[in-house]
Amino acid sequence: MAAGPMRIRAASNGTETEVKILMSHDMETGQRKDASGALIPAHHITEITATHNGRVVLAGQFGPAVSKNPYLQFKFKGGAKGDKVSVSWVDNKGEKRTDEVVVS
Amino acid sequence: MKGTRYAACVAASALALMLPAMPAGADATAEGIAKYREALADGNPAELWEMQGEELWRTARGPKNASLEKCDLGQGPGVVKGAFVTLPRYFADTKRVQDLESRLLTCMETLQGIPADEVAKTPFGKGEQKSIEALVAWISAESRGMKFNVPTSHPEEKRMYEIGKRAFNYRGGTHDFGCVTCHGEDGKRIRLQDLPNLTKGPDAARGFGAWPAYRVSSGELWSMQRRLNDCFRQQRFPYPLYGSDVTIALSTYLGVTANGAGESTAPAIKR
Repeated sequence: MAAGPMRIRAASNGTETEVKILMSHDMETGQRKDASGALIPAHHITEITATHNGRVVLAGQFGPAVSKNPYLQFKFKGGAKGDKVSVSWVDNKGEKRTDEVVVS
Repeated sequence: MKGTRYAACVAASALALMLPAMPAGADATAEGIAKYREALADGNPAELWEMQGEELWRTARGPKNASLEKCDLGQGPGVVKGAFVTLPRYFADTKRVQDLESRLLTCMETLQGIPADEVAKTPFGKGEQKSIEALVAWISAESRGMKFNVPTSHPEEKRMYEIGKRAFNYRGGTHDFGCVTCHGEDGKRIRLQDLPNLTKGPDAARGFGAWPAYRVSSGELWSMQRRLNDCFRQQRFPYPLYGSDVTIALSTYLGVTANGAGESTAPAIKR
């Protein structure tokens, strides 16, 4: 499955917001070989950023050890219903994807 | 006298210590596996397929440039909710019992003009088979939490159930193997995988009701047809044709056995 939209959920309990992200990505390690024995080139997310109303609340680096279709869950202080949480990733081929969700 | 009483007392306390120790250890292991499963289920990537499937259902595609919104899955044209837990069933228009996937082939051919036999010949995970994987993920999710209610009133449905039962119990091949070898008794497992006893209602609902499922080991979504196809491989039987009667008969047998005994959890997440 190629890089499709992310599935993001963000829920606030009044004091903190819990964000759950499911990313759609092949996350090829670069170590695997295809049926004909040729190396499958590495293709994985390298950077991930989450912002809350434009402010960065999480920045991380991903490598080849992260699974296919990665799942990430985190909490940040603050955030209220109706706020916007935006998640972006960049992979080693320079492909990008950004998806946004409204906090519930 | 005093000595024997002391000895008996020691023996009794040793027994008291020993007896609960063993089940507690087994419980801890089972609990640990349950926790691992729970952690996996949160953020099941099958949701990515569900999203895609819902979109595909509504998208006009194929030579006839039509969507699947008029597809009749047994609950009337376009009704998706509750359809999954009542399949396989007899369809008057095709005059045969169909499971979800063979029914989708019919809809794709009649509504969209996508040739069914070509989709059936396509290997799993490629081309239009990918569309089917996304569609079954979404369609099954629409019946999540519902109890199985696979019909048996039509003579053809009864016949398929009986054929499925025979196929399930049929042993053969180089390993003298059948479905029943692994799934005919309680408490069996392969490595850490508990094997459901598919001849009993609650286990049949738990097992049959989990597919389609996301396989963590391959990062793919497996439909029921693919699951059964791999069961045939594990038995060292020839591969069944996609959507063939024996696969539908097996699904009918499993579905009817699951009737009323449990809820559908598909698309679940599997090792």
